Amino acid sequence: MRFVDEFRDPELITRASEEIRRLADPHRHYRIMEVCGGHTHAIHRFGLTDVLPPNIELIHGPGCPVCVLPMGRIDDGLALAKEPGVIFAAFGDMMRVPGTHGSPLEHKARGMDVRIVYSPSDALKLARANPEKHVMFFAIGFETTAPSTALTLMRAESEGIRNFSVFCNHVTIIPAIRAILDSPDMRIDAFIGPGHVSTVIGCRPYEWIARDEGKPIVVSGFEPADLLQSIVMLLRQLSEGTARVENQYRRVVPWEGNRAALAAMAQTFTLRPYFEWRGLGFISQSALGIADRYAAWDAERVFQVQGVRVTDPKAAQCGEVLKGVLKPVQCKLFGKECTPERPVGALMVSSEGSCAAYYNYEHRKGTGQASRVATPA
Amino acid sequence: MCLAIPGKIVELSPDLPHLALVDVAGVRRKVDLGLLQDDPPAVGEWVLIHVGFAMSKIGEAEAADQMRTLKLLGEDAAAIEEVRGYGFGQPEPTEPQADGA
Repeated sequence: MRFVDEFRDPELITRASEEIRRLADPHRHYRIMEVCGGHTHAIHRFGLTDVLPPNIELIHGPGCPVCVLPMGRIDDGLALAKEPGVIFAAFGDMMRVPGTHGSPLEHKARGMDVRIVYSPSDALKLARANPEKHVMFFAIGFETTAPSTALTLMRAESEGIRNFSVFCNHVTIIPAIRAILDSPDMRIDAFIGPGHVSTVIGCRPYEWIARDEGKPIVVSGFEPADLLQSIVMLLRQLSEGTARVENQYRRVVPWEGNRAALAAMAQTFTLRPYFEWRGLGFISQSALGIADRYAAWDAERVFQVQGVRVTDPKAAQCGEVLKGVLKPVQCKLFGKECTPERPVGALMVSSEGSCAAYYNYEHRKGTGQASRVATPA
Repeated sequence: MCLAIPGKIVELSPDLPHLALVDVAGVRRKVDLGLLQDDPPAVGEWVLIHVGFAMSKIGEAEAADQMRTLKLLGEDAAAIEEVRGYGFGQPEPTEPQADGA
């Protein structure tokens, strides 16, 4: 394991590793999914799989918003930005994600007015500063970013700013977990629950996973000590044959979440009947659309959206990797046609994507460049 | 985007109560407090920030933990770059205007 002395409580790491070896039944194979892309990044960065016994397998979940967005949505968003006078605003993470005819950054190079913003409210500010233009904010993210979009919509309404709209791609984590549990080719024994998403939604929304599905879930922090301790908590439950929601990240995550954030989301968004996820297909009630009250700021109602559906490049196996059926290195394009410098699939773009994490920490280990990190665009 | 950035509230805006000046590792920018309206933070308190909005209040020790986590993950530079990019309360003409459609 890397950089061990810099971690919080190195002793705890040693104790947790020993406890994991003691609790893990050598005759059993454990499949534990970390739902959040931030955890995927941390696990690879810290080399945590090196300290786990070989019968504990970590499966990388769907919690990387850039990675689960189907290419058709990127194409749709970019098509709207071709309308005259439209400014396409998005987070830096989106800029290198390939659409059928190139990424937003490549469209910018061809003359499209594409701007990086660090906050949805900066997109609104861009609209205030450019009254003759229309600013379309390409919104992505789980519940960590959705409340900020919600509040920005409320501000646009209260200030009466009409040259602003949101192309909404916000998704919610719970239906994705349900889809994974319902999928016949995915056998998961337990879940490491997302850390910062849970500061918004709290721990209650996970209760059905334990109660109805009998799977333990532990909401976890991001340091090695946190993740190892969460695995200890999961193994304890599995060895006792119980299933509960536990909160390892209590120092940050309140059990009830952030009510003001949830209220803002409830006011501005509506659940879409279904939404397509890369790798997981259509999942019902898994994404947020914009509520009728805010229709004037809904890019999908302000403009005509084509509703493009694009299948991923044939050779790329993003879907299988996203579902954990294949490891990134098992994809035919991995490290050859598809690298963080020239990504074919979205999993290679974001530092939270499992392909980029594998490439930077596992693949380069073999080539002597292990510690290089892809910085987000 | 999913990893929160810790910041210390250094100044509240009396005229714009939803904005506060925060300090993130020496970089000072305005962030939006609208999502903490049930329990607004005071000057000197610490918050976790996502995309320009304070999302939860935390203790000083947790803030230090979170900054170290970002460092260990190699995400601290990107986090500071994000905070530098927040444009709230900045004069309007600072927006890049060079590449109009």
